[in-house]
Amino acid sequence: MLINRRKFLHLGSLATGTLMLPKFLKAFETPAHAMNGNKVLVVLQLSGGNDGLNTVIPVRNDIYYRERPGLAIARDKALSLNADAGLHPSLTNLKSLYDEGNLSVLNNVGYPNPDRSHFRSMDIWQTASNSDEYFNSGWIGRYLDAQCNGCSKPTQVLEMDDMLSLAMSGDQMKGIALRDPRRLYETSQDPFYKDMLEAGLHEQPEDPGSYLYKVMAETLSGADYIFQQSKLRPSTTVYPNSEIGKNLKTIASLISSDINTRVYYVSLGSFDTHVSQQAKQEKLFNDLNDAIKPFTDDLKANHRFEDVLMMSFSEFGRRVGENASGGTDHGTANNMFLISGGLKNKGLLNEMPDLSNLTEGDLNQHLDFKRVYATVLNKWLQADDLKILGRQYEHLDFI
Amino acid sequence: MNTNNQLKNKHLWWRAGFGPPATEVTVLSKQKPEALFHSILKASEKKPDFFDCSDPQIKDLVMGNQFMGPGKMGLLKPEEKQMIRKQSVLDITRLNIRWLNEMTDSPAQLREKMSLFWHGHFAAKTINILYDQDLLNTIREHALGNFRDLLMNVSKSASMIQFLNNNQNRKGHPNENFARELMELFTIGRGHYSETDVKESARAFTGWGTNLQGDFDFRPRQHDDGIKTFFGKTGNLSGEDILGILLSQKQTARFITGKIYRHFVNEQVDEEIVNALASAFFDSGYDIRRLMTSIFTSSWFYDQKNIGSQIKSPVLWMVGIRRQLPMEIQNPAAQLILERLLGQVLFSPPNVAGWPGGKHWIDSSSLMLRMQIPVLINRSAAILSRPKDDDDIMMGMKDQALARNLIKSRNAGAQLFQTKIHWDEYIQNFNGIKDIDIYTAIRDLLLQKVMPMNEHELAKYIDESSRESRIQSITIRLMGTPEYQLC
Repeated sequence: MLINRRKFLHLGSLATGTLMLPKFLKAFETPAHAMNGNKVLVVLQLSGGNDGLNTVIPVRNDIYYRERPGLAIARDKALSLNADAGLHPSLTNLKSLYDEGNLSVLNNVGYPNPDRSHFRSMDIWQTASNSDEYFNSGWIGRYLDAQCNGCSKPTQVLEMDDMLSLAMSGDQMKGIALRDPRRLYETSQDPFYKDMLEAGLHEQPEDPGSYLYKVMAETLSGADYIFQQSKLRPSTTVYPNSEIGKNLKTIASLISSDINTRVYYVSLGSFDTHVSQQAKQEKLFNDLNDAIKPFTDDLKANHRFEDVLMMSFSEFGRRVGENASGGTDHGTANNMFLISGGLKNKGLLNEMPDLSNLTEGDLNQHLDFKRVYATVLNKWLQADDLKILGRQYEHLDFI
Repeated sequence: MNTNNQLKNKHLWWRAGFGPPATEVTVLSKQKPEALFHSILKASEKKPDFFDCSDPQIKDLVMGNQFMGPGKMGLLKPEEKQMIRKQSVLDITRLNIRWLNEMTDSPAQLREKMSLFWHGHFAAKTINILYDQDLLNTIREHALGNFRDLLMNVSKSASMIQFLNNNQNRKGHPNENFARELMELFTIGRGHYSETDVKESARAFTGWGTNLQGDFDFRPRQHDDGIKTFFGKTGNLSGEDILGILLSQKQTARFITGKIYRHFVNEQVDEEIVNALASAFFDSGYDIRRLMTSIFTSSWFYDQKNIGSQIKSPVLWMVGIRRQLPMEIQNPAAQLILERLLGQVLFSPPNVAGWPGGKHWIDSSSLMLRMQIPVLINRSAAILSRPKDDDDIMMGMKDQALARNLIKSRNAGAQLFQTKIHWDEYIQNFNGIKDIDIYTAIRDLLLQKVMPMNEHELAKYIDESSRESRIQSITIRLMGTPEYQLC
């Protein structure tokens, strides 16, 4: 049975007579579009610790070639960015974006006292904590809290996955995770849920029971809303059949709809290349490279590329020296890609890693990732970065 | 009908254990909560069976290397280390399942429930089966004993020493990780110690290490035996002295009691009650059994505001279903997929602070999944969700045997839950109950909170074709409600 959104909202309106209409349902009655001009952030998580040195390659650095006799990428194979740096040979479409001025690179990004456990370091990146702090909420979740105080529209933040990452989990609000708008819609539209909601919806946010009903209501109406939006202007561009391809296609379709989503989150991995790195990283980069072209083409065709910023990160980089298994082990600082038609500063935005100045064989970070977050929150999403991050970080000027 | 006692007894079963077992249905309304508590306590005081899920390969390797001195893990050949790691991943899965079975079947409900609490309090993740099972066995042995013994043993466990880098804590090169978490998370709590306390106590723990077998190993030559000052005490303080000084602070009793109250009673703390409990806990010399007895035999524990006020953790939710619905799970590893999808993988806490719990368990994905699972279990149906990778465990080895197994179990999501529910056994519980009262009986058995949808509204989702199918479908539907997430 299909329950259309209008009917669902009508149900909410009916309730006003006898019950108070919960604020979080009201939110869906007055659409707040992320219309043209409204900026959208797409976070690309390279899970597992991508090897930054074989991503943006220091093609003139003797130490790099000395430390990686088996893994180093030859200068003439790398896609030249400038005299000192080249991109991984698989990233041809990223190289084109770079040449157009739509891709910038931040080098040496990290945080003090780096942690080499995947989970812990990912936690630090997702919660925007220092390495000796433990936060229970993620930075994008707290953005949702700040944007949505009392309005409760979790569709502002969507993750392309079956499970919601900590990054999207706020103290009050949580984003929605989905792999496929239709599947989310179908699983959530069991009439049993709707009937329970109708009977059980009441507004006592402090009570855990009411919290469950609130999440259920947001999920049901959110799933419906996302599904309707995904059908509005679905992308007709051909994407590769990979997971990242499907996810970017869904994101492109939603971006060209009237949906209120401001942040999309998508992951690619695993980049944990302890063994036979060359083949693994190449495969993942091919997937990324093949998916990014139709995605940016879509955005350009819909005149949204100026409003969309894609930002990549990984929980850590890898050690400078290769290991004995044709791979690299967990390291520290890493690079980030910034992809958008609206970049103010283009190209390589800071110096390449200094391989002669390492700490126990690892790169030193020169740029706290929280400065990048602060910049994006403040300048791109027009949010209160101090409130969301809890500290004031100096902004960068790439946007 | 003494429904009041029934509700109280169920409350006790959910908080002091993993929910009422199906077999208790008929006595739930007859027993006095205090009598029930004492029977649970008595069963929980027995010494626990030692869990050993480690593969002989690992034991042989480790025991065969006894000649190797302390901290000589580095002397293992790379392939030996890799074998330990790979085999550990499989063995820890078995340990996980072993513990879930214990939680489900053991009469020592309070001991296992307390152990799960301490497992989150003393959160560690090592991916070494010997270390993980040793710490769990320590915790289960002391779960209801004395907090002083528990703290001392955990602090000297290989698991904690490795997880918080104390093997690297050496004279002249202190590593403060353990000292800091000891105070922030394990004993006294944030705001009650200074950075100097962290630095000074880290020096006292220098030389605390562990050997390959996982035994505590004190290394005098790495120990800083200079003068330290900690909480006003000055001298050549040892690690044991530091633990003693922390335990001599009443704030430690307050911190632990407050956490226990939030976990076992209500997230909204009643300061007066917690202060009184903390004083008694302190005066008893940290007797955990006595503290839990005061809580579960108090009248305020059974106050309406405490009943149904908590969101079940994924493990409590899953074990609770198994206790209420007798079933045979043909692919027990599928439970780990659920743990992962719902955010509570045993032996893999998010960080040293453990699982934050409460509302943090619930987002749109986890709630919808929890509400769908009872239907899926009943049909042995496929679940389409896939958990995220765990790179700490997989190490990018997707093409290797270990990773193949993991991926197999990950994709096992596609045919999750080959279960046989013993409906006959379950339905027997309702013998003697009139058809017209069945709904109420099942509802009162399963739920701790009033469900807004009434029997009439639920009726269209119920298979009325026979008494059996009616009982089945009411049960499955009620387990798929928001109320069933609460206890």
